[in-house]
This record gives sequence, C-alpha cells and structure tokens, in this order.
Amino acid sequence: MAESICRALRDGALQGEHAPALTIKDSIASPFGFHVFTHLLTQLSSNILAAKSQSRGLVLVALSRSPSFYLDLLNRKGFDVASSQKWIEILDCYTDPLGWKDALLASGNGGSLSNEASTGASLCRNVKDMDKLYSSIIELGKGIVGQGKVRFCVAIDSVNEILRHASISSVAGLLSNLRSNDRVSSIFWLSHSDLHEDRVTAVLEYMSSMVASIEPLNQSANGHRCNWESLPLLKCNYWKGKFHVRFKRRNGRVRVMSEEFHVEQSAINFRSISSEDEIVNRSLLPKMQFNLQLSEKEQIDRAKVVLPFEHQGTGKPIQIYDGRRSLTDGNSEAEPVSTGILQTNENSSKGEIIYLRDSDDERPDSDEDPDDDLDI
Amino acid sequence: MDQRAPNLLDEALGLVDEEKTKPWPLSSRVVLVEDRVETSGAFVLHHLLKRALSPHSSNDVVVFLAFSQPFSHYDRVLRKLGCNLTAQRENNRFFFLDLLMSEFPDGDEGNKDGLVALYGKIEKVVSTSFQENKKCITIVIDDFSLMEVAANGATNYVLDFLRYCHTLTLAFGCSLVVLNHEDIYSSIERPALILQMEYLADILIKAEPLATGLATDVHGQLTVLNKEIRDEQGSSRNKICNFHFRVKENGVEYFYPGSKT
Repeated sequence: MAESICRALRDGALQGEHAPALTIKDSIASPFGFHVFTHLLTQLSSNILAAKSQSRGLVLVALSRSPSFYLDLLNRKGFDVASSQKWIEILDCYTDPLGWKDALLASGNGGSLSNEASTGASLCRNVKDMDKLYSSIIELGKGIVGQGKVRFCVAIDSVNEILRHASISSVAGLLSNLRSNDRVSSIFWLSHSDLHEDRVTAVLEYMSSMVASIEPLNQSANGHRCNWESLPLLKCNYWKGKFHVRFKRRNGRVRVMSEEFHVEQSAINFRSISSEDEIVNRSLLPKMQFNLQLSEKEQIDRAKVVLPFEHQGTGKPIQIYDGRRSLTDGNSEAEPVSTGILQTNENSSKGEIIYLRDSDDERPDSDEDPDDDLDI
Repeated sequence: MDQRAPNLLDEALGLVDEEKTKPWPLSSRVVLVEDRVETSGAFVLHHLLKRALSPHSSNDVVVFLAFSQPFSHYDRVLRKLGCNLTAQRENNRFFFLDLLMSEFPDGDEGNKDGLVALYGKIEKVVSTSFQENKKCITIVIDDFSLMEVAANGATNYVLDFLRYCHTLTLAFGCSLVVLNHEDIYSSIERPALILQMEYLADILIKAEPLATGLATDVHGQLTVLNKEIRDEQGSSRNKICNFHFRVKENGVEYFYPGSKT
C-alpha cells in the first residue's frame, strides 16, 4: 500500500538498525514504476519540508532522467527547490555518465557544454566506480544536513542503468553500504525486472525491507512482452494495474498487501481492490448490432430449463433419457420421459426442451451385427 | 492527393497543426518504431521525415543516421511523397550521415571510440543548428539493429550511445526517432536492447501484420502508444490508437478496421 510505504520511508531507521530499503519493481507489460517512484519522491519531499520525517534532506541519484526534469516536476507540484534552506541534492549521472562529452571536449571534437551545469546538480562522470558513487552520495547528503547526527534519504531512479556498467555484486555492495551508513534514514530505488536475470532481481529484493511490484491487471501469457492482441482490453486497462507490496518485518514476518492503481494525466492514484471491477470487465463486450446480453426474463427462463441428465431432486423417480426408446414405448409409465418431452414441475410455465431423435424410427435390433452386410 | 491533409497517424502523434502555430509536438520526445519482416515500418520514418521537413517553416533540421539504405533511396522515396531531399541537404536542413559501410575499429575500445566519435558528430550538428536558431531538430536512426552490427555486437555501448542521444533531446529540445525490428529479438529470453528502448520511448509505434493473416487491401496494422500528450493548458493525457494501413506508390493510406471501401 502506497501510504504504508510512505510512512515507512518517512519514519526511517531505528537506532542500531539498517535503513529501510524499498525496491520498486515493474516490467514492460505495466511500465509505471517510474510513476510510483516520482509519487514517493514527492510524498517524501513533502514530509521532509514539513519536518514530519526522520530525515532532513534527500539525495536523488538521477540516471534515467535529467536533474532539470526532477526540478521541473517538484516545481510543478509546488515545492520550492530554490529555497535558501537546501533540502534536496541531485547527483547527475544522466548528462555524462561515462565521460564521453568530457572526452570529446578534450579532443576538440565536442560541441558546446550542455546547459545542465546551470542547474547546480553535481555531475558524475563515471558511474562504473561504485566507491566514488558511494562517497559522492554521502558527501552530498552531509552537505544538506551537516556533520551532526541528522539523517538524509537516498533515492536512485534506475538501478538498471548502474547494473549495465557494474556487476551485481558491486551494486549490491553499494546499496548495502548505503543502508548501513548511520546517516542514511531510508533508501528506495526503481528496477525494471525484465531487463536482468532473475537472480539479479532476487538479490535486490533480498536487500530490501519492502518490495513494491507493479503488475498489469490482466497478466498476458506471453510474460515479459506487451500483449497487444486484445486491443480493446489494452486500451481500457493499460493505464491500470495491481500494486503489490511485501513488507519484511524485523522479526522475520512477511506481510503482503495489494492495491490497484490508475495512471491518469501523468499522476498515479491508488485505491483498494474492489469487486466492482469484475462487473466493469464483463461489460467490455464489443459494441455491435446483435444483442448478446440476456434480459432478466430470459435469464429466469434459462434457469428453469430442465437439463436432460441433471438430477432434479423433485422426489419422484427420475428416468434418465438415454435416447433409444421410441415414442410408443413407456406409455404406461407415469412419467413419459422416454418420449423425449421432459416433464417439468407443474408450476413451470414455458421452460421446455423438445427433442426428437432421428433414430427413434429404427427398431433396435440387438441380435443383428451391424457389420454383417459388409462384403469382405 | 492532398499531402498536407492530416491522416490517422498525424492525429495519433498530434501532428495536425498545419500552420505550425504550436510547437512541434515531438520536441524532446523519443519515438520508437518497431516493425517486422512482414510489415516494414520504413514508411513511418518516411512520413515523419516529410512532416519534419515541411515547407511551412525553415526552422527544421533533420539529422539522419543511415545504416540501412543509401541517400539515393531516400531521395527517390521522399520525392514521390513531395519532398526534395537533395534541395534540403543543400539548404543545410537535412544532414545525411552515410553509415552504410561503416564498421567501427575492432576491439572493445574501438567500438566505444567509434560510437563516441559518432555521438560527437551528431552533437556538433545539433548544437550548431540550435545556435543558428533552428529549434526543431529531429534525429533519425535507420535502423538500430544495424548500428549494433556496425558496433560488432557491443550492445552495451550502443545503449550508451542511445542514452547520450537522449540527453540531446533535453538539452536542445530535439526529437529522436529510432527504427528497430521487433522480431529479431523474439527468440531471446530477455531481449534487453529492445526492452530498454521501449522503456525509453515516449511514443511507441508498432507495425504488425493483421492477426487474421495476409490481405490484398490491408498491408498491416499500426498501433501507436503515446505515453504523454501535453496540451496547451499544460495537462497531459495518454492514448493508444490502432488502425490499418495500406502502402501505395505515392504514400500510405490509414483507415480504421472495417472502414475500407
């Protein structure tokens, strides 16, 4: 549940414990992990600014989006990022993560310096160096909260980008070091589970005290590839999905909670799972000229139809129609079931099945072997 | 045929403004075109090229990275659509980087250096055009799988190159249009390259055959997933469109399923 996650990140670490860590996990079938990431970012920022959280600052490691994107986002949400009291620092691993632009400038083949430098974010030119990354994050954090005991949060917008340049063991080392640093209050990161092997995802989940998975409403059989076959369903349900959160308690107990989310106009909304959606899904029949629905009267009539092999339990002995007795047989019986006209109870009005079997005219002749007329 | 009349593809992409009073809707956005052997998506690139080089504005620049066909091919095709690439090239509005025979130097470092140099060339063109007040810059890559081949299969470096081109979309407001083939990755368990591109894309255009098989009048279906459309009020919405297409000699016809007369 999104609210519970926000609370856990806000409350931060207990003395002597590692900082709570959250993995946000999505896949291409429902690629809204980034929406969840920005939602949590804004919630945490709001708590920091209102002094409701353990942390007094936030270090954002930007790999998949530029620092200016985040500053614009926070400004649009009403946060004052240019305030005199600094509460957020962005480590820019987006603009030149591998030093290409630097190398081009040095060799004289590059264009002008990008205007990213003006946002004031710290530039990282080598995301392959985990030690440097770690020390940059801690330094930036201490820059916000000072040298005392005040803590800060860390947010990493794409672990996948780091994993492209470093091994899982070194990335795990980085995350573990951050979690165990006594200045870090809480940490969260986004990971696209289909970009790496299962074991990588498993490692990230083992390191987290909370795992938030984003799944599509209708799981396609195709696994990781987007299911484009059922297009009407896709048009309606693509922007919705399920949000599962797994909390790992200190005592080892695991609690799983689920919600539904809906992405509308680049904002994500969460709500608890309701049974209303079942009705909505049923009404997704394509619109056409034929009426495929049954009216209420038709539904009642259908319920009244006596099926031939079903036990009616009316108390009378039931003859099961086996289809071999003709119209003339069984006249003496109280229940002329063999004619094929099934007697329903007296109160029923119109539910009847009239079944005239073609082979009723034939006399069943058990002595004759039907294959006798074959000339072999 | 009125080539300026907006069609379903233009509507899906928000390219219906003929007088160009609004900013180019593909600015700062990444468009990924995925196609298959049965349904080539090249016509989408040609269409976007034509729209990007529209005569209404002289502020448009296209940087074209050609790995798949020579200049003469595109010139011929666009001429039939009513666009003179030779003239645009002479006017410094169309920059054609012929990478057909290019092969980056052997070895890991060679691949990386080759891609770094290529990125440097693109950045130079883009920043120079930007300084000359040409604000609608489009970078087109045809096609990405061949770039991987040119880089001797160095997928990671090729992805780095894509990420660096992405920084140009933000720094200079350009659009990035990339063509890739969906079916060449279908046998791979985790096709990281195509998935990374799908995550990165703001607009995903898929050209696929019809589910019902081959047809003479309908060549395939196009699905456009537009992750975010910003309108003038600043609010945004998301959209999925699906329609059929038929590739003709002088253009492409787009129509909703069942409406072909």
